[in-house]
Amino acid sequence: MSPKPVRFRLNGRERALFVEAGRNLLDALREGLGDLTPKYGCGQGTCGSCTVLVDGEPVLSCLMLAEAAEGRAIETLETFDGPELDPLQQAFMDHFAAQCGYCTPGMLMAAEALLRREPDPDREQVVEAISGNICRCTGYEPIVRAILDAAARRAGRGTAGGGGS
Amino acid sequence: MPLAVRSVESFAEAARLLAAEEGARLLAGGTLLMRAVNEGDVRITVIVRCTDPGRELVRREGERVRIGAGVTLSRLARAPEAAFLAPVVRAVGGPAIRNMATVGGNLFAHSPYGDLGTAFLALDARVTLAEGGTGRELALEDFYRRRDHRPPPVVTAVSVLRPRDPAAFRFRKFSRVRPKGASVVAVAAHLPAFGGRLEGVRIALGAMGPTPLRARAAEAALEGRSLGTETAGAAAAAVLDGLRPSSDAIASEWYRRELAPVVMRRLLLAEEPRR
Repeated sequence: MSPKPVRFRLNGRERALFVEAGRNLLDALREGLGDLTPKYGCGQGTCGSCTVLVDGEPVLSCLMLAEAAEGRAIETLETFDGPELDPLQQAFMDHFAAQCGYCTPGMLMAAEALLRREPDPDREQVVEAISGNICRCTGYEPIVRAILDAAARRAGRGTAGGGGS
Repeated sequence: MPLAVRSVESFAEAARLLAAEEGARLLAGGTLLMRAVNEGDVRITVIVRCTDPGRELVRREGERVRIGAGVTLSRLARAPEAAFLAPVVRAVGGPAIRNMATVGGNLFAHSPYGDLGTAFLALDARVTLAEGGTGRELALEDFYRRRDHRPPPVVTAVSVLRPRDPAAFRFRKFSRVRPKGASVVAVAAHLPAFGGRLEGVRIALGAMGPTPLRARAAEAALEGRSLGTETAGAAAAAVLDGLRPSSDAIASEWYRRELAPVVMRRLLLAEEPRR
């Protein structure tokens, strides 16, 4: 089978590449386009470290056929490309929500999807939003606090008790 | 053997491809098939993508609601016609999985996965298959008996009873990891009551066998009686009758046997577990 051309928008830019049949979107992004922000964790849809947004909704890029991305809008962590950190990223830093950092891109994308849909989430909504993302370092609590704080920062309510914990 | 991807526009065409090619598999949400592809399952040679327009329908049909096989769990959770299923869907996977996984695909998930099928079994689900160009309907239990046969059946839709009283349909899932995890035990029950007596009780158990299974002895312990501490106890005591749960990475057979009666009783008496 010869490779198929696939076109989609990646973080607002039109991109095109050839993919081998059966290749997943994560491989296409990392190896085809050099966007290394989504991580390969399990390849099973269990860990969430490959989470990207497709038309604004979180999906697991390791389980999505790359050619199914044709014509869709894909967003990875590279979507935060300003000179300053996004308040969500800053909140993760301030709350020590990343230790080894491998789950962090997936956590940020899952959190970003939540905050777009629900700019003022409660704790339960945050826990639900990241329930498909595994973190083996933090015990989740700093991540939950960071996401709640990011919502407050984005709403201009300042920081809801930043710092460590 | 290199993989090929074929796109087809109808379920009937997909069924023909699966019948013609030993290594052909139908792609739904990808949460089962792409997993196998990523693992390097060499039995898979053709991935069949299907864009049948009927795959995304959700429609009331008399006492039932019909759900297209390609409806994602996220969409199902939002469908007003199937609001009674929303709590079940919320117990499955994280948001990303639910955005991908489909109703049809869930019926192929192997234990301990496939909680939706457990709920469907309690709601007397009927499965529509694409066969020889004409749809064919069969009971979910019959579908489960042949789902792993060759060629694999192509599910086009599932139709389930719409509980007249929403409170008559209950679902409980016990998992080791909160808020989400694979089922140690899942229990779904439809408990319609007329003048205080239960009539048409259906109870289904998930993760207690190779597929979701009816708990017929527990159903018999409730049928025609009123729901109370005593009848709930009798149903819980009977829930394991004829079952042989397996040990897996999630739980041992012993643990599942200990737990199933507890979850059954909690469901019937609407008790919350102690935390």
